[in-house]
Amino acid sequence: MPLAAVAARLRAELGAGAVVDDHLELRTYECDGLTHTRVTPGLVVLADDAAAVTAAVRACADAEVPFVARGSGTGLSGGALPHAEGVLIVTSRMRAIVAVDADDERAVVEPGVINAHVTAAAAPFGLYYAPDPSSQQVCSIGGNVAEGSGGAHCLKYGFTTNHVTGLELVLADGTVERLGGRAPDATGYDLVGAVVGSEGTLGVVTEVTLRLLRRPEAVRTLLAGFSSTDEAGEATSAIIAAGIVPAAIEMMDALAIEAAEAAVACGYPEGVGAVLIVELDGPAAEVEAQFRAVTRICAEVGATATRTATDDADRAAIWRGRKSAFAAVGRISPDYIVQDGVVPRTALPGVLRAIGDLAARAGIRVANVFHAGDGNLHPLVLFDGDAPGQEEAAEALSGAILDLCIEAGGSITGEHGVGADKAAYMPRMFGDDDLDTMARLRCAFDPAGLANPGKVFPTPRLCGEVPGRRRGPHPLQAAGLGELF
Amino acid sequence: MLPGGAGAPEVVRPATTAEVAATLRDRPGAVLVRGTATKLAWGGEPRAVDLVVDTTALAGVVEHVAGDLVVTVRAGTTLEALDAAVAPFGQRLAADPVVGPGAAGRGTVGGLVATAATGPLRLSVGAVRDLLIGAEVVRADGVVARAGGKVVKNVAGYDLCKLLTGSWGTLAVLTAATFRLHPRPAATRWVLVPELPTGAVVGAIGALRRSQLAPAAVEVDWAGGHGRLAVLIEGTEEGAGARADAAAALAGGRPAPAAPPWWGRPPWPAGGTGLRVTFGLSGLAPLLDAVDATGLPWAVRGSAAVGVVHAGVGPDHEPAAVAAAVVAVRAAAARAGGQVVVLDAPAPVRAEVDVWGPADGLAVMRRVKAAFDPGGRLAPGRFVGGI
Repeated sequence: MPLAAVAARLRAELGAGAVVDDHLELRTYECDGLTHTRVTPGLVVLADDAAAVTAAVRACADAEVPFVARGSGTGLSGGALPHAEGVLIVTSRMRAIVAVDADDERAVVEPGVINAHVTAAAAPFGLYYAPDPSSQQVCSIGGNVAEGSGGAHCLKYGFTTNHVTGLELVLADGTVERLGGRAPDATGYDLVGAVVGSEGTLGVVTEVTLRLLRRPEAVRTLLAGFSSTDEAGEATSAIIAAGIVPAAIEMMDALAIEAAEAAVACGYPEGVGAVLIVELDGPAAEVEAQFRAVTRICAEVGATATRTATDDADRAAIWRGRKSAFAAVGRISPDYIVQDGVVPRTALPGVLRAIGDLAARAGIRVANVFHAGDGNLHPLVLFDGDAPGQEEAAEALSGAILDLCIEAGGSITGEHGVGADKAAYMPRMFGDDDLDTMARLRCAFDPAGLANPGKVFPTPRLCGEVPGRRRGPHPLQAAGLGELF
Repeated sequence: MLPGGAGAPEVVRPATTAEVAATLRDRPGAVLVRGTATKLAWGGEPRAVDLVVDTTALAGVVEHVAGDLVVTVRAGTTLEALDAAVAPFGQRLAADPVVGPGAAGRGTVGGLVATAATGPLRLSVGAVRDLLIGAEVVRADGVVARAGGKVVKNVAGYDLCKLLTGSWGTLAVLTAATFRLHPRPAATRWVLVPELPTGAVVGAIGALRRSQLAPAAVEVDWAGGHGRLAVLIEGTEEGAGARADAAAALAGGRPAPAAPPWWGRPPWPAGGTGLRVTFGLSGLAPLLDAVDATGLPWAVRGSAAVGVVHAGVGPDHEPAAVAAAVVAVRAAAARAGGQVVVLDAPAPVRAEVDVWGPADGLAVMRRVKAAFDPGGRLAPGRFVGGI
């Protein structure tokens, strides 16, 4: 069995403490944040540094076994779902912040560094790292890079891809590439841009250079209650139409508010059908003017209750309800599915109504918490796994929501990634030729298909011209599991 | 002007994506894509051009949903036409690329994406790579494929838009592009900082960067050891004036009614040599000193607060001297964590210098090229490493 040989080799190279093959310990890694899909990894390697990652990948390449990289394991699409016959390379020990270069406005970090720790390290210089996924207190930069993570403040400041200028990458054959750096516009193809968001299928990132932004002078946060999500959506559109680009516009519907109140007593206005959180930041003079405009727009649309954060504690209180919303629905439902889809902002009201209709027809509750400014929906589909048929019905509903997103001209994922969860939906969003074109990129990076196989793409596609030693049909092809691309 | 090859290649002017696809499927040979040719001579010279695909008939807005701040346009659409379509809605594509000296117009969407041309506004809204959210392309084999979509937030599948941006027409023929738009600012103010020695002008740029004034653009115009600045402030009527006054006080400048004439213009004349120079922000002063030390009268202009500038010198210099200077500036840029690409240069200078210089990940890039264009027919030789 090749894995036993890989384990022995890596024990010799990295020490016994870096290699996990005890079955009970392996089970600790059987899923990421997509907890209903589990696979016990064949082997786990706890990498201390880039050299350890390289050693692990080389061992996999030599033995022709697949590998999956994992950071904090908070991903919600199963991107770090292990491979039963493969190696899970865990980067969470790689927590060094290599440098914070204030003059360059860059941080250089290892992939296991926690998202929020980058901002903490940059804070003394008046700088911060902008992408802020809700899990930022625990999720790792390596995972953020893999998934192309977003966050509430991406509306104004962009996503992970807009903030990575350099990478060190271990390719699937074990070669190490340094791409980009502290300067922008590296010569040649934008390989950094291609790797960010590729969900670990193009290699394993061992170092990341991040852009840091200047802390804004002023931040103003408004919480506004509306009678319905339609009204809140109307306010969102009116704010955007006024030429204002808030740092964030977040919406929660009545059910999500109920859950958040039950969990963290966030004190949102009572009896409303939806709340909007609108945050503006920037130079004080601009923020004040825009805040007046936003307040006026909300009032004109019919906001029934508004609350303005006057200090950081107030702001944190407003955000607490939003940031805890996913976990909070656990208070009102034994089980739930977190969905992640995107629709054009103008399609929001119609899609929300359609989701409500689907939910009513299925007899399943859906709580909506989302990034309204960029149309990124996070419907929480509530169910009771102990009730016969409910889980299947919830999954069907969750899938139907993705179909609504595609029909509206949107996307099956805005920030959680395709992973293992949505690979089957890719052909609904992209045609064969589109997927073939993407697969060409995969083949350029990983012709043997060892980096995180089974993620992103619905069918394993084999590369037409595999360089190297392989003879005869690929095992996946021989087994009828893959098609030659 | 067409680079490459003796004799005039045939020119086709497809009006639809299907016609582009048919052309690539049915016609053999090396293909060069041309829009309005504002940057056609930039980059490497193709080894061969059998067929020119002129995109100017492939023009027009496919879809503009103002409420979504998203537009889809055909690749041959000029930036002026795009601007005219979205401006009535108070919107803009916030890309203001520097184009070649004497170019008629601002170029097409396809040229913008192919060259990842950079301009002043990227300080506040990002580069072309940050604005392009969807693409329709025709591959070298004539297959039509799409990537991305028409929503700003989207991580479904590989981000081929990043790969296409700055690929210089070597991976696929772009036929349509979807961009995120930005609102046009309600108020615009300018601050001009008069000529200062290198150290002082770099200090002023640093002061602006460390301030919380959030300028939309900070452009330097430097030559011979002295540089001046122009700062663009965009915002509300209430806020922009106060911010401009504060920026003027901070940087030692004065508010001005309009952009200076050099704003967004290439710093080299027709027939001269133009470079794109990148650097880590802390490395600007030694980089400018190194440019000075080449002994040639370079002008340097661009987004000094981003880490991308253009450098230019006129045609009246020994090609060998210009080439030697490029090598020296390249070494200095590398010390600052950056690189130098020769965008535009007369043939005698090109003959003496590697226009692209070194690139990290070149082996991977060659494999990407081989995967997308196995026959090597799309602008062969135009890109880095002879790709």
